[in-house]
Amino acid sequence: MSEFDPVIIAFVCNWCTYTAADLAGTSRLTYPPNVRLIRVMCTGMVDPQYVLKALLEGADAVLVSGCHPGDCHYINGNFKARRRIKLLKEILPRFGFDPQRLRLTWIGASDGVQFAGVMNDLVAQIRQLGPNQAKLQMVI
Amino acid sequence: MATCVKLKVNGKDLIATLQEFYRSVVASPMADQILAPMLPANGSMVMPTLTEDPDMLAAADPLAPSFPLNSAKMVCRLTRTDPGGEIAAVMRPCEIRAFVELVKLKQGSFDRLLIIGMDCLGAFRNRDYLKFVATNGKDSSRQFYSQALAAKPDADPSDQLAPACRFCDQPTAANADVVVALWGLDCEQEIMIYSQSDKGARLLEALNLETASLPDARERYLQSLTDKRKQLRQQMYADTTAATGGIDKLGAYFCACVNCYNCRVACPVCYCRECVFVTDAFDHEPSRYMAWARRKKAVKMPTDTIFYHLTRLAHMSLACVGCGQCSNACPNDIPLAEFFCTVAADTQKAFDYPAGSDPRAKPPLTEFREDEFSEIVGID
Repeated sequence: MSEFDPVIIAFVCNWCTYTAADLAGTSRLTYPPNVRLIRVMCTGMVDPQYVLKALLEGADAVLVSGCHPGDCHYINGNFKARRRIKLLKEILPRFGFDPQRLRLTWIGASDGVQFAGVMNDLVAQIRQLGPNQAKLQMVI
Repeated sequence: MATCVKLKVNGKDLIATLQEFYRSVVASPMADQILAPMLPANGSMVMPTLTEDPDMLAAADPLAPSFPLNSAKMVCRLTRTDPGGEIAAVMRPCEIRAFVELVKLKQGSFDRLLIIGMDCLGAFRNRDYLKFVATNGKDSSRQFYSQALAAKPDADPSDQLAPACRFCDQPTAANADVVVALWGLDCEQEIMIYSQSDKGARLLEALNLETASLPDARERYLQSLTDKRKQLRQQMYADTTAATGGIDKLGAYFCACVNCYNCRVACPVCYCRECVFVTDAFDHEPSRYMAWARRKKAVKMPTDTIFYHLTRLAHMSLACVGCGQCSNACPNDIPLAEFFCTVAADTQKAFDYPAGSDPRAKPPLTEFREDEFSEIVGID
């Protein structure tokens, strides 16, 4: 039996975390290919619906990652995102989604090393957690 | 300043007494027209109806166990811009709570509105109400309120009541300008009306009625009633949590859902003009369905059912006022009110935001604090 290969959907903001991902690339840092990055202009535009869709379609985890507090290009989008993630964390665990499957991090534009580290750790954690049950269900 | 007045009930006829009260409201300088639950000339479903004609108010039937829709949406239609006159609206407590949420979402306004609340006796589901009227005819409302008012506050609520009414623990009209008090009073003799705002106090002064003070019996009755309801509500939360605790159980809970979206249409706080679920974002390409069927072995159609209900939780659970219209609107009797109320209790607690209670409190997703929820950030 081959090792479980998780699929992780990451909504990353254009100004900080995506730039950090770029930096990780140009710095030739390596991280697992399990993470699919979706660039958004700001984490403040991530509707809870996007997260729900990803998890119901079978993503094993969703990461939302933006600028550190105070660094948001749009002043406070990251604080708004934090409230939405808080809301989803109240809703999802009651339906059997492990809280670890939804994560929020702040990764600044110059944190290429941190970006690669977070991706490595996240993939390792989700690998240990096992596949998302929704993947195996008929539900969408 | 709060004032309280009493109204004599003539010939034990509570409905006629309330009709007379509504006439005096329209005759007062405080209101030009009144929106009240009324029987249509033909038919038996009581609907919110706007009038300034005192004669028309002979059709007002505010105690009927009929709750075809949450009138908060109708009051928004009357107040979303200046209506050019003063409007009084007779609303149930859950309708007022929904309206409070809608005002915050800029869908309506308190400015030229006087809200007449009432101790809420609850209502039946639509189909049960229509059956009840078919059996009891014109005497239906009187039969209903006589029984409801005679019931002990700690007794199990009538099975006929809609589930949301059975476990409703906020049956008094917070945020109404004036409240018609029924519980704990001898309603065959007199009822009382008290004000909760300056506007309400001005109305009661203008009506020039005999002042009174609410008896202690009312407070005791209410305490006992809400204690009982809270207990039923906790039990309902536990049952619903157990019935939905897992993606497989969730699928079973919603197995009869046909994606008609009636629950969203009936929901007073789902206020988007165009719901994302009816946009072409959900007109999937036919090949997508085939791909899903291949990947998931089988795909139930219509798709996006659980996705829809979870999205609704994310979009409106912080504003859910527990009126139960979702359940009322469901063609397949899915216990939606139980589902939404249970999750809403958690989400509203997480943000310390009891929906519909404080007109000044901002909806949680419209504001933030810099120092909060740090425990959810990071991957450790």
